[in-house]
Formats: sequence, C-alpha cells, structure tokens
Amino acid sequence: MTNQPSSIKNWIERLGALWEKIVSNRKLLPILLVVGLLFSFAIPQFGLLNQYVVLIMIYVGINIILSTSLNLINGYMGEFSVGHAGFMAVGAYVSAILTTKVIPANLAPWLFPLVVIAGGVGAGLIGILVAVPSFKTRGDYLAIVTLAFLMIVKSVIENIEAIGGPRGIPGVTLLTTLPWTFIWVVITVWVIRNFVYSNFGRGVLSIREDEIASDLMSVNSRQVKMLAFVISSFFAGVAGALFAHVLQFISPRVFDIVKSTDILIMVYLGGIGSIAGSILGAVIFTILLEVLRPLGMWRMVLMPLVLVILMIYRPRGIMGLREFRWFVPGYDLFASKIWRKKKEAKDASAS
Amino acid sequence: MLLQAKEVTHYFGGLCAVSNFNLDLEPHELVGIIGPNGAGKTTVFNLITGVYKASRGSIKIDGVELVGKTPNQITALGIARTFQNIRLFKDLSVLDNVRIANYSQTKYNPVEALFHLGRYDAEEKRMAEHAMDLLAVFKLQDYADEASKNLPYGLQRRLEIARALATNPKILLLDEPAAGMNPNEIGQLMEFIGWIRKEFDLTIILIEHQMRLVMGICERLKVLDFGATLAEGLPKEIQNNPKVMEAYLGEGGDL
Ligand SMILES: Nc1ncnc2c1ncn2[C@@H]1O[C@H](COP(=O)(O)OP(=O)(O)OP(=O)(O)O)[C@@H](O)[C@H]1O
Ligand SMILES: [Mg+2]
Repeated sequence: MTNQPSSIKNWIERLGALWEKIVSNRKLLPILLVVGLLFSFAIPQFGLLNQYVVLIMIYVGINIILSTSLNLINGYMGEFSVGHAGFMAVGAYVSAILTTKVIPANLAPWLFPLVVIAGGVGAGLIGILVAVPSFKTRGDYLAIVTLAFLMIVKSVIENIEAIGGPRGIPGVTLLTTLPWTFIWVVITVWVIRNFVYSNFGRGVLSIREDEIASDLMSVNSRQVKMLAFVISSFFAGVAGALFAHVLQFISPRVFDIVKSTDILIMVYLGGIGSIAGSILGAVIFTILLEVLRPLGMWRMVLMPLVLVILMIYRPRGIMGLREFRWFVPGYDLFASKIWRKKKEAKDASAS
Repeated sequence: MLLQAKEVTHYFGGLCAVSNFNLDLEPHELVGIIGPNGAGKTTVFNLITGVYKASRGSIKIDGVELVGKTPNQITALGIARTFQNIRLFKDLSVLDNVRIANYSQTKYNPVEALFHLGRYDAEEKRMAEHAMDLLAVFKLQDYADEASKNLPYGLQRRLEIARALATNPKILLLDEPAAGMNPNEIGQLMEFIGWIRKEFDLTIILIEHQMRLVMGICERLKVLDFGATLAEGLPKEIQNNPKVMEAYLGEGGDL
C-alpha cells in the first residue's frame, strides 16, 4: 500500500516513454493513414459501428476541415474572421445545386469529388471578393467585413427563389461517405500544413507577430494575406459541400453566426496556430455537442461559457502555438540538426 | 552614388518631423545621424524604408525612386534595418526569424508550396542552410530552435542585425544599436559593426546617442534638430561646432 504513489509515478513515466517513442517514429504516420483509409471503407461496408457513430465521425471530419482552415486566419495569421459559415454556405449551395439540378442522379456519386472541388472553388472566389477590401489597409477590418459578408450571403440566398429562397434545398442526395470525409480531411490537413511550412506560411506567422517588421523583412503581406484567405475559404467551401451531402437538406439558416461561433470555439479550444490543436478542438467539440444534446438549449449557454473560461485560463487553447511533431516536415523539424551534422562532417574531412 | 535623398520633408499633421533632408551616400560609407530626442532621426529611417510616405522630396537607390513604394519592395531593392525598440517575431524560433527575411529571394510559387512540388524542396533546404550559416556567423546557431523572445537582450539585438542581413541588403540602417549596452559591450559593438561592413559589403547609416560609438566609427555625421539639418561634416568638425553644442546643451548632453 505504501509504495502505491511511486508505482503510479512509475507507470506515468513508462507511458511517457512509450508516447515519446511513438511520436518520434515518423514512419508511423503513413502507416496510420493507410490503416485509417482502410477502416473508413470497412466500417460502413461491414457495419462495424452503428450508423449514429459513423455519422458523428463524418461530422468530426467536416469540423476538422473547418477548424483547420479557420485556424489559418484566426490562429496563424492572428486576424479575426467570423465569416467561415458564409463560405461554407457558398460551398454547400454550389455543390447542392450541381447534384440536384445539373448532374444526372446516376452520375452524381462518380462526380462527387469534382462537385466538392467546385464548392471549394466557389467559396475561394468569393473569398477573393471579401479579402480585397479587408486587406486593402492595415487594421481590424476583417471582423467587420466578414460579419457583413455573413449577413449578405444569408439575404442573397433568401432572395433567390430558384434555389429555394428561405426554404432552402431539400432532398440533397446522401453522397458524403466516411471514406470521402477521411480523404478530404487528409487533403486539407496536408495542404494547409504544406502552406504553413513554406515561405508564405512563415509570412503569415510574421504578420501575426509584427506586421510592420514583417513588411520590412521583405514579406509581401498583401499577397500572403490574400493567399491564406483564399485557401481558408476554399476549404470552408469543401466542408460546406460535404456537409450539404450528409445533412441532405440546406437552408440559409443553417449557416448563421451560431455556426461561425461553433468553429471559433473549436479553434480557440484546440489551440491557435496549430494543426494538432485544430483537430483536437474539432474532436472535443463535436463529441461534447453530442454528449450535451439532452441539455437542449442549455448547450447554447454552456458552449460559450467553455470558451470564456478557456480564454481566461488558457487563451491560446490546449495546443496553442505548439505542433504535434508528425505534422512538421522532417527537414524543417531537424533543420538545425541536419546543418550541424553536415558541418561536423565537413570539419572532420577538413582536418 | 548608391542612395540619394533630396529635400525630403515629412509632416505628422501640423508637426514637421523632417524638413529638407538631403543625403548622398556613396558605396561603403558609414554615416551617422545624431540629434536630440525627437529630432526626427527615426522618422528619416521610416521614410527611407517606406513605413511613412514622404510628404515631399525624393529618395533614390541606384537611381530608382523609393517614395511611393511599399516597405517590402524597398527592402527587396536592398535596404534593411533594425529598430530602436527591438521588433523581433517574438514567438517564432530564431531560425524562422532569419528565414522570413529571405521572403523576396525565394524562388517557388504558391502552387509549388501547397503541394510541395518542383523547386520547393531544394529551396527550403537552401534557405534553412543559408539561415543557419548566417546564424553561425553571429554565433547564434545554438539558439536556432529557441523562441526569439527567450534570448537575452544582447543576443536579441544581434539577432535583429542577422535578420536584417538575411534580406541581402546593400544598405543597412541601424537605429540606436548600442541602446542599453555598457561601455565594454559598446566597444565590442564598434568592432562588430566594422566587421560586418567589410564582410557583407555594406553601406551603413547609424543613428546613435552614444557619442563614443559615433565619433569612433562614423566617417561622416549629420546632425538633426527639430527636423532640420543643423550641421554635417566630419566627426571632428561636428564636435567643435557651436550650434551643435548648443542644441545638445539644451538637454544636458555633452560631446
Ligand atoms: N507616427 C507618428 N505620429 C505623430 N508624430 C510622430 C510619429 N512618429 C514620430 N512623431 C514625432 O516626430 C518627431 C520626430 O520623432 P522621431 O521618432 O523621428 O525622433 P528621434 O530623433 O528618433 O528621437 P529619439 O532619439 O527619441 O529616438 C517627434 O516629435 C515625434 O513625436
Ligand atoms: Mg528614434
């Protein structure tokens, strides 16, 4: 009995060592990806999990796409956008119009990847329209412009009868499957990671840190901001397209400020400036939402409360500005080590 | 002539912060700008680097007009600077601070970056290596993965210079590099500035209050007071200029 605390400590240490071993083995990531893909096919195929759980997994995936892409603007770049639900709406409507009105039903499943891309491109193009006035001058215009954008999207959709106006589009085909969701999550995370660990991504970070200094270090901040914003809205559109084809019904009310707030909570809960954080935030948020479903409307009170508490005690979120090692490209993670080794080798051969 | 400023004038509302500033800078010169607090020295740097657009006048590097260009364009043309109050990217690593300054010299486009195609890999490797080499020159290589805000003050100042040099400048503008240093450190800084000038083939403009530093390394001085150029010439001439002494006596300084 007396040595129990020390044995617990022992166990924690062992777990820590195991974790360290897992994390530092970078070959595990591709293996896990393949296994994940196989499972995403197998689970619905063989009914390994019940349909409700599969549905939740799809929502988790869509939310990961949303939080990772919003994090690019609100976390990595340090601006404040509340327009993500608006871009989602654009992607949802573009894709739903395509599958319900343009593409023959028997072709829709085959063309679904293109439909999702079309949703993303639509949202990305609108993203350019929003970005131009927002980033014309320095300052906090983005929050205001994106808020206005959110309202405009809603009223534009409500006033076009051809796409159902305020009633929306019913009877959207169920096309968003677990494998497609998995694939789009991987694409999103991969592309945004690539961007973040590039010249342009470092430009985004430097804008957050000090925009004037960033300009004076030759960063073209206009270009960098536009790029980040277009990428972010593209993936919001992708998420919107996936969302429309799992919910099977869209209306302007689905994409209101509450939806934007949900995504903001995921970002600030999981951690700003972190892909691992975005994933964590989306997972925790989606599951919490389901667990708290019996609370009904009280959820609406509890969720923002969680956000406020987090903002006070952990303003950068769980993973704030830290990254899970697997997500950092090897040559970036080990840049200084590689350089040191090379130098030692050179010094050794010189002497 | 490398840099030519002609009748550069700048107003903040009604306040004339810089009036009729002229400067002809030859390659490899080391020119000092001195003057009492609020004389307009930092504003001159902000005008040259495009942080503010001059109300009047022209600034040219190699004959290219800078007034009206954005700071990132001007930096890409070969002018880099440090700041009076250190402005590092605090939460980013020392390595990233230097790599970011490579922005205008990177040769891959957004598509290559998004999908890690084409020149991306080679460029990233080159950039990381180049940045590490530069850090090693400044004896900062062991801090490469450290967040820059965790460096001691003296090293932060050094990193700021390293970061400026990563933009590959022809002209380096140093705004009070000796601020907060003790006499011993100032001595080292003097040697250091002379050394980077040779090593990186630089032309330097230096703002400084520390007279020992200014008199010790500057070849030529300009004295500003209330935005106007009060005097200019060799350090010795400035030292004995009665107008300059008067301007400084006003605030109790000595030359
Ligand atoms: N952004 C600004 N807006 C309004 N006034 C400004 C601004 N920047 C500087 N000034 C004013 O312009 C004048 C010159 O300022 P500047 O910073 O160039 O002085 P300085 O010579 O660098 O002084 P110091 O030795 O204290 O650094 C001061 O009167 C200052 O208050
Ligand atoms: Mg100053």
